[in-house]
Amino acid sequence: MKDVIRGKAIVVGKNIDTDQIYPGRYLELVEPEDIARHAMEGVDPNFLKRFSKGDIIVADKNFGCGSSREHAVITLKTAGVAAIIAPSFARIFYRNAINLGLPLVTCANIIENIKEGEELELQLSTGCINNLTLCTEIKGDELPPFVLEMISYGGIKQYYIQKNSEK
Amino acid sequence: MHAIEKILARASGKKEVRAGEIIQAKVDFAEVNDLYLQSIKSFYEMKGTKVWDPNKIAFILDHYAPAPSIQSAANQKSMREFVKEQGIKYLFDINAGVCHQVMVEEGIVWPGMILIATDSHTTTHGAFGALGTGVGATDLATIMLTGELWFKVPDVIKIEINGKLQTGVMAKDVVLHILSELGTDVAVYKAIEYTGSTVRDMSISERMVLCNMAVEMGAKTSYIIPDEKTIEYVKSRADYEFDILETDEDYKYSAEYIFNVDNLEPQVALPHSVDNGVDIQKTLEIKVDQVFIGTCTGGRLEDLEIAAEIIGDNKIHKDIRLVVIPASKEVLEKSIEKGYIMTLVKAGATITSPGCGPCLGTHQGLLAPGEVCATTSSRNFPGRMGSTEADIYLVSPATAAAIAINGKITDPRYYIKNAKVENK
Repeated sequence: MKDVIRGKAIVVGKNIDTDQIYPGRYLELVEPEDIARHAMEGVDPNFLKRFSKGDIIVADKNFGCGSSREHAVITLKTAGVAAIIAPSFARIFYRNAINLGLPLVTCANIIENIKEGEELELQLSTGCINNLTLCTEIKGDELPPFVLEMISYGGIKQYYIQKNSEK
Repeated sequence: MHAIEKILARASGKKEVRAGEIIQAKVDFAEVNDLYLQSIKSFYEMKGTKVWDPNKIAFILDHYAPAPSIQSAANQKSMREFVKEQGIKYLFDINAGVCHQVMVEEGIVWPGMILIATDSHTTTHGAFGALGTGVGATDLATIMLTGELWFKVPDVIKIEINGKLQTGVMAKDVVLHILSELGTDVAVYKAIEYTGSTVRDMSISERMVLCNMAVEMGAKTSYIIPDEKTIEYVKSRADYEFDILETDEDYKYSAEYIFNVDNLEPQVALPHSVDNGVDIQKTLEIKVDQVFIGTCTGGRLEDLEIAAEIIGDNKIHKDIRLVVIPASKEVLEKSIEKGYIMTLVKAGATITSPGCGPCLGTHQGLLAPGEVCATTSSRNFPGRMGSTEADIYLVSPATAAAIAINGKITDPRYYIKNAKVENK
């Protein structure tokens, strides 16, 4: 896992719930590629058209609230979201993202400082966010060591496989 | 320490844990519902072969019950096969009902336990003094593999509710009101303890509604100190020995809120956020196409009882579809015995099999673009029950029944004998 992630900002609003990230009608799908086709459909049916692989989602508070569906993270990660920055994340979404190796950075005043399309550089270990378009720096929260370790393995599955093979 | 911290300390083999600390804790029971074939996939992807303890795992087929598509049928088939192959003790198949209700009825829930399920509304079990919390599929797979999970010890918020609810005002109204005051993120990564005279007066069923919607404030888990009612209920379902863990007197809550509900009106949460609750008087002219009474928030026996009482000999409004889904097989049986189902069917209700139904937009009554639904369920997010262009209003079972008769948002007290409201 790279410590520094560069990508274009895609900005969304507050309380983006898991039904908007991944509508319930697709919950029966099981293959990640099938799941990825419906990313953020409830936020914007054209989301995937305004998005390129490697982009960073910038959201307002409480991103991922609602259901426990892991599909919400699978859809974003498989579609190619590189990271998400928001003032706060819902708890189950946060866990799911870490478990699947999708980096989330909390940053209190992110939404006031980033516009759609701006180029960002994000350092996970320090939480520093550089807006390369405006040449400004914003300080987010650094990821806790436990979370960084999990993400460095690429998620909890690889983490367990590795840990068990070391025994 | 708070009682929740004591539960986590016991489960992690520590004398003491503190908020913010990340610990590894043993889980007492794990439960997977039929949305999460991913749990089995992840289990095998992590090189799992045998589950940690087949007696402490349940699979429950409640969201697609019975299967509405070939894909969901195939997913359920894979789950039944996994249960058989692994010798897992509990399979609650498509007739059983909503997981949170079934777990309680089956005597699997007791004070002080840690219950983890692939469903966000697992906070419901705080009503029994259990630590119930929802996780995703892969977290659950790690429990199936190891019997443990990592937890961040949460801060606890205290919500004290005092006063006597008016006739026709229910726990759902209380929690919608609290949400409208505190917002959907007040408890992100925290726990909520409910206390106060109103909570003490509430039935087990109503306490479950309060705890159920704690997750809508972002809470990891919820808690109500077990009292005589709790102990009596748990003992009536199972023969468990358990200690009641008490919060230390010097424990400092991260926040405390006090509500008085003496004069609380029935509440309606407007689309599209659960914290859009307003007094029902502000919504009376809104026309409704479908009413849904059911789910882990509003499909229990008491809910069907008040709905049947309000509907009585009335017929549902000609422009209304009323969908009623009992939360479990037991609720269905008892509501047949007590005549509630007959009352509802005679009035024009559509009864479907116990389970989650249309609450998450998969089947049994989805909404078309432009339609309006009043529901006893827990979420009114865009697209939650079908079209993103439909409007969902959250209400209590009493209010839902009144709407079904009148075709528009209606104060349930109008239909209740001895209640205060005089006009429609």
